[in-house]
Amino acid sequence: MKFKVNNSEVYASTGGRPFDKKKPLIIFVHGSGLTHMTWVLQTRYFAFHGYNALAIDLPGHGLSGGESLKSIEEMADWVAAVIDAVGHKEASLVGHSQGCLVTVECTSRYPDKIKTLSLMGGAGAIPMNPQLLSLAENNDPKAVDLMMDWAHGPAGHFGGHPVPGLYHINTGTMLAKSRTIQNTLGVDFRACDNYKNGFEAAKKIKCPTLSILATDDKMCPVKEGKKLASLIEGSQIDIIDNCGHMMLLEEADRVLTVLKKFITTNYPPLSS
Amino acid sequence: MSKNKNPETIALHGGDYRSDPATTAVAVPLYRTTSYQFNDTDHAANLFALKEFGNIYTRIMNPTNDVLEKRVAALEGGLAAVTVGSGQAASTFAIMNVCQSGDNFISSTDLYGGTVNLFTHTLKKLGIECRYADPSDPNNFEKLIDDKTRCFYAETLPNPYLRVFPIKEVSDIGRKHNIPLIMDNTAAPVICKPLEHGAAVVVHSLTKFIGGHGTVIGGALVDGGNFEWTKDPKRQPLFNEPDASYGGAKWGEVVPQLTGANVSFAVRARVCLLRDLGAPLAPDNAWGIIQGLETAPLRMKQHCSNAEKAVAFLQKHKNVERVIYPTLHEGEIAARSKKYMKGGNGALVGIEVKGGVEAGKKFIESLKMFYHVANIGDARSLAIHPATTTHSQLTEEELLAAGVTPGYVRLSIGIEHPDDIIADLDQALGASGKPSLKAVS
Amino acid sequence: MSDKKKELKPNTYKFDTLSLHAGYQPHKNAGSRQVPIYQTTSYLFDDVDHAAALFNLERGGHIYSRISNPTVGVLEERVASLEGGTAALATSSGMSAIFLAVMTLCEAGDHLVVSSQLYGGTVNLFRLTLPKFGIKCTFVKPRDTEGFKKAIQKNTKGIFGELVGNPGNEIMNMPEIAKIAHDAGIPLMVDATYQTPYLCKPFEHGADIVIHSLTKWMAGHGSSMAGILVEGGKFDWMQNDKFPTMTKPYEGYHGLSFAEEFGPTAFTMKARAEGMRDFGPCLSPQNAWNVLQGIETLSVRMKKHCSNAEEMVKYLMNHESVAWVSHPSVPDHPDHELAKKLLPNGRGSMIAFGIKGGKEAGVAFINNVKLASHLANVGDTRTLVIHPASGTHSQMDEATLKFAGLSHDMIRLSVGIEDIEDIKNDFEVGFRAARKPRLVSNQ
Repeated sequence: MKFKVNNSEVYASTGGRPFDKKKPLIIFVHGSGLTHMTWVLQTRYFAFHGYNALAIDLPGHGLSGGESLKSIEEMADWVAAVIDAVGHKEASLVGHSQGCLVTVECTSRYPDKIKTLSLMGGAGAIPMNPQLLSLAENNDPKAVDLMMDWAHGPAGHFGGHPVPGLYHINTGTMLAKSRTIQNTLGVDFRACDNYKNGFEAAKKIKCPTLSILATDDKMCPVKEGKKLASLIEGSQIDIIDNCGHMMLLEEADRVLTVLKKFITTNYPPLSS
Repeated sequence: MSKNKNPETIALHGGDYRSDPATTAVAVPLYRTTSYQFNDTDHAANLFALKEFGNIYTRIMNPTNDVLEKRVAALEGGLAAVTVGSGQAASTFAIMNVCQSGDNFISSTDLYGGTVNLFTHTLKKLGIECRYADPSDPNNFEKLIDDKTRCFYAETLPNPYLRVFPIKEVSDIGRKHNIPLIMDNTAAPVICKPLEHGAAVVVHSLTKFIGGHGTVIGGALVDGGNFEWTKDPKRQPLFNEPDASYGGAKWGEVVPQLTGANVSFAVRARVCLLRDLGAPLAPDNAWGIIQGLETAPLRMKQHCSNAEKAVAFLQKHKNVERVIYPTLHEGEIAARSKKYMKGGNGALVGIEVKGGVEAGKKFIESLKMFYHVANIGDARSLAIHPATTTHSQLTEEELLAAGVTPGYVRLSIGIEHPDDIIADLDQALGASGKPSLKAVS
Repeated sequence: MSDKKKELKPNTYKFDTLSLHAGYQPHKNAGSRQVPIYQTTSYLFDDVDHAAALFNLERGGHIYSRISNPTVGVLEERVASLEGGTAALATSSGMSAIFLAVMTLCEAGDHLVVSSQLYGGTVNLFRLTLPKFGIKCTFVKPRDTEGFKKAIQKNTKGIFGELVGNPGNEIMNMPEIAKIAHDAGIPLMVDATYQTPYLCKPFEHGADIVIHSLTKWMAGHGSSMAGILVEGGKFDWMQNDKFPTMTKPYEGYHGLSFAEEFGPTAFTMKARAEGMRDFGPCLSPQNAWNVLQGIETLSVRMKKHCSNAEEMVKYLMNHESVAWVSHPSVPDHPDHELAKKLLPNGRGSMIAFGIKGGKEAGVAFINNVKLASHLANVGDTRTLVIHPASGTHSQMDEATLKFAGLSHDMIRLSVGIEDIEDIKNDFEVGFRAARKPRLVSNQ
């Protein structure tokens, strides 16, 4: 569906079910340079089971209008504004990679609004390799190829997409190249690199929090994810073997199973 | 051997295959090849011009598939058959072989969900309109006929009501207007022979009872050889107008001249549709189905007798609201099952579990031996809850129109020992009646 | 990510590695190194929710082998990876792949612009069969790049062609034709059966959908029929309102919008969820496995196919019985330069040549070669020959034959990977007979 935030058009996938104000809201926030489509194997479940599952495209990304936001803090405020814009008072947040920085910051800024927080491939900070950052800012498609290489674990490099017939690395590449690289990936990488408040923000989080980490994640290694989780009171950790940073696609079913249990327990759906 | 009328024998010997001409091997050889060497250029030219019949390319024909085709044709009492990659491809071909853009056909409302999608949404995009007639009154078919109506379509033993289709009644109406009746006989091979009752074409999903093993997807179209395609040229333009892709051949005329048999429907499906739309059956799959077919008549007996026992048990069970089986209908509908079914009433049984959706789910999930899969006609017993699976793509209205209620569970009774089947049903029904301890979301 | 000195290089697997490994993870299949053949029709559901989730496309997985199968899935991913595509859907033949591609884009009332130099079966599909279902086509000669532009109408939903035309070896100027298609907001579909991704990856030159008959060079063994359609993932279905079934809620699937939900894989998702589900031309797992075996040796075979073909071109060009030779490696071939750009790894193994003495000589040649097989296929590891005027194209009337660019003296040669001397020796026998046709014509 489309709606407006700060006078700019926003696209959000509703997972194949119409938006229904009565149902509790979950917002899925994608990673650097990507779009709502990375969430397709999680959102549709929630949409069919008593939730509004909104997989948003950040401004300037995917099907959303406007320009890319330049800092994680701006993105965090923007996610909070999305909740208001769709007429809700509260939401659960799910983030991947850069989306974890955004949702952590958002949760710390708006503790009353955010009811649960789920982080996949998250870390307290994501410092960027300067060469990669410069490639992305110079609109070089090699930045996307490098990201796809690092983002998939050894198993993911061979394929094995849960949806028959789809091939991970090329699908991810086309997603990341669907808009101008320097305006999406370039801006996002710089925002990640600049963001320093992750650990402080984590300490303020009181809502139920889940971290899903993967053993072969090179972008946000398990060690970093654990460090972040240790700062959030009572947070749960789930670690997936044989899987890289793109766990939401590489091990979509496993991620969904864990996420399902966590969210339905802590933020129940509207029962039919 | 094709004169033999007994299904047990046809299943083993039907058609003209006795042994492999090259080696005298008795078992059917698996010709896993795409192409065939021509003797010389004349031979090649004759094959492509249909002056001579022979193997050209496996998309269009294959010697292993040929054995299966002749056997299935013999089993149904037809003159020729064409095998295709799935039952769905067989349904598609059956319609596309007689209809083109702007035409319509009339289908029974009692249909497999996948076929409903094909007819209602997908064929519509090709400009082919499906009109639905309720088969409880055969006259409903006649009311929908117009100049552009090319065929009737129905299933012999359709889910979910399991009302046997009035084959003769509807085919008689069709013949009055030169409209052929195409019967999907997937659920009732051996026990019903639609061609004997006036159907012109039979289609099968060979995946189901004919294969029996659940290992192979396949389909077939059987040409009854009993329909006069040229009698009313305006009614069947695809068989009476020159086909520019074969030097202006008129299929209704040229095929009987070439072959001495009225197999225009089968030949056109093969040389036009398999050639252009290409959904061939893999020879490996044909071989797999040939193995299954050998025991199909024996299996059907066991399927039917097990189903009857299961029905008797289910009717008495306190947690069963209603049992659906061809013999349990009343009046004329029940009379149809007596008229058309010989040697049994099939393996499909519907039940309405007491307690609606939740009880239905609980029942399915408590079954230990029955498999929860989207299939029928496996030698193993299968169960599914259509409202949440096979029919889930239909809208609420389409669901009700298709007779799928929330608590309805479809069973395909296998050939295990009947006591084991009943025991599994019994324990799962027991569980379905107990209140759930799980939180209901 | 900290080494600042070394230049960073993506370490994704390359072609030869992908052709052996892509799409398969042994640790998820009992450790089996080779891909298992899942000879099954159906799949057990964990519970009712699991079943519903699969039917609602909430999660990936298999329901029924008509729609998807794990063995077939490995093949699909492998070909997608080799082509640089996002997704693929395998079918029971190359023809059904073309048919499904058309059905995914078009409905009655729509139009396609199609190259006129195509395999005879494809010509029949576009010229005679699709119009019966309300889909009309305009044919354009493959070298007439401007002609493609002129042929586009309001209701045109795509451009289709064979990268190298059959049997005349005309090459489509893919980058330019892709631009024409994209300027008109429609996708370019390319049948690259004769090239395989080893010789050309059409997505790199602007194609949006690639189609293969896997029966040919991809499998190589001539034992199994199979086809595939592969999606490039770049085409924006939402840029205009030409593809409502892709962008608007689809009533056959709970109001799903394929373009919004699946983006770069929308075409494949729709082809599977609708076309394959309803039309049903599924590939058997056994055939998928056979094709996978072939793809394992794709690179080594293609190298040999191409080097043998170039040898044969030289041999034929210098032969007294040969009137003309058509192959992109011939310097005066009109597309010689374009071929260098589009087919840098080799120009393919299809050669057409004219035999001196016309039809009669052609017949004598075909009937006397012993090693080369006379049959209706191409791309076998074995050398194949056919005389189109009397074989594959014999269903065509005189006008169509001419339209397809055929002549009575033309012999089509699919060069195999046998020893090159054995192929030449066999041709000598054929040519000898062709020079004295009367003495052997009644054999």
